[in-house]
Amino acid sequence: MIRLAYLAAAVCFILSLKGLSTPATAKRGNLYGIVGMMLAIAATLAVPGLSAYGRIAVAALAGGAIGALLASRVPMTAMPEMVALLHSFVGAAATLVGLSAHYHGIHPEVVTRIEVFLGVVIGAPTLTGSLIAFAKLKGTIGGKPLLLPGRHALNIAGLAALVALGVWYVREPAALPLWLAAIVAGLVGAHVILAIGGADMPVIVSVLNSASGWAAAATGFVLGNDLLIITGALVGASGAILSTIMSRGMNRSIGSVLVGGFGEGDAGGPVEGSPLAEAVARGVNVGDVETAVEIMRGARSVVIVPGYGMAVAQAQHPTWQLVQRLEAEGVRVRFAIHPVAGRLPGHMNVLLAEADVPYDQVFEMDDINPDLPETDVVLVLGANDIVNPDALDKPGSPIYGMPILEVFRAGTVIVVKRSLSPGFSGVDNPLYYRDNTMMVFGDARAVVEAMVKELKGAPAHA
Amino acid sequence: MMESFFAHFTVFVLACFVGWQVVWKVTPALHTPLMSVTNAISGIILVGAMLAAGTGVLDLGGWLGLAAVFLAAINVVGGFWVTHRMLKLFRRR
Repeated sequence: MIRLAYLAAAVCFILSLKGLSTPATAKRGNLYGIVGMMLAIAATLAVPGLSAYGRIAVAALAGGAIGALLASRVPMTAMPEMVALLHSFVGAAATLVGLSAHYHGIHPEVVTRIEVFLGVVIGAPTLTGSLIAFAKLKGTIGGKPLLLPGRHALNIAGLAALVALGVWYVREPAALPLWLAAIVAGLVGAHVILAIGGADMPVIVSVLNSASGWAAAATGFVLGNDLLIITGALVGASGAILSTIMSRGMNRSIGSVLVGGFGEGDAGGPVEGSPLAEAVARGVNVGDVETAVEIMRGARSVVIVPGYGMAVAQAQHPTWQLVQRLEAEGVRVRFAIHPVAGRLPGHMNVLLAEADVPYDQVFEMDDINPDLPETDVVLVLGANDIVNPDALDKPGSPIYGMPILEVFRAGTVIVVKRSLSPGFSGVDNPLYYRDNTMMVFGDARAVVEAMVKELKGAPAHA
Repeated sequence: MMESFFAHFTVFVLACFVGWQVVWKVTPALHTPLMSVTNAISGIILVGAMLAAGTGVLDLGGWLGLAAVFLAAINVVGGFWVTHRMLKLFRRR
């Protein structure tokens, strides 16, 4: 009976993921997940030998209350941090259950000892790595990679130590090697994530998502519980797919991301000197809000490309007002999203949805690229590398080969940006020097608000 | 014991394939809710934590399990709730 309920729960979780294939079925998918979880918990309560309902209820209710508090308060812009924090809890729980299994004597033979050891060694770095990712995304620690001297040697030494501790534990299942392994694995996890730049965060959060799944699956092996194994494998596979999609979007391998040392994550950095004077000196067309609005008004179709800069400036709400104003004047407006725009897979879509933008007005890169040559105006809001034509035609460039939104093919490109400073890849963007490009310097939110005002007919001050 | 390991391992490998097939069909627009819902369902470790916490007397192993129950419950409630909040935002024209 319990096994049947577990099987039903596993099916619910598969249906839950399947539901997310379209926005129309997604809410039902979430419900399937909740039903599956309730089935699993109810069945576990019926396991013979489980008796301490009181203390389980107290711990679960306390945790649930904190989860509710976190989930109801977190703003949509802070979703990357929230997701990273939740990964860390799975890692911590897996480590604790592994240690607990040891103290309960679940180590009669080699296979089970290896399982307990792996549960701890996968769980601990998921915990520490996710906490570092959380701190980086939140801005508590900077996005710059921390590059210790001899960092690769340190990691290799850590892995060697883990192998030695594993052999120790398998031969003599004592608490000491297990705790030492948890600490070493935790340190390695933290160190690896510290060495990765802020701009690689979409990949890192995906990898940690995957790791949290493998940690749950490892716990399933320890306890001989198929539901944990299945669910952990589903989550692990899901994170692996996201990691693959994100690395493809940057034209990098997951390996090269994990090695670290790439990028500064400087999108929020200070503006040096006068961007205007520098831009004019370098032959850039600099425009004001008034001109930009004139151009957009006269267009038949406009495509808006949001980037991390839009999220940082919280410009999504005024952007939707801008869209509505333009549509009222008969302009067709669509959004184009690059797979790695922002700090979390799909983050731009959530922010636009929050601003009330209908999802059928938001297009993926591959769907909109063929339309860009026939588009009159592209408005780029706080994006840089994802629209850099060097990725297509400059083989020496660090971003060469990365798929981009080919906005330069449009009639006119209006780029709203704080300065000419390069993006996280550190390369200049030839898009800004093209004849059909006009730069409007300023904070994305301030500029878009001024555009809305201009469209309303009020006097504009660019 | 090896035999039961292989039974579990078979389940594991098949589940990886199912996950791989299903998740490729997820629309990129919903990748953030996908992450938060997988956050929630990986809270299934709650089941393991309950078994670690609730059988027998409250020894060190029991306390560790209890701490895991607490953490996993944050994930379950927080993950599903935040997913719901996000999905509510998505609307059609």
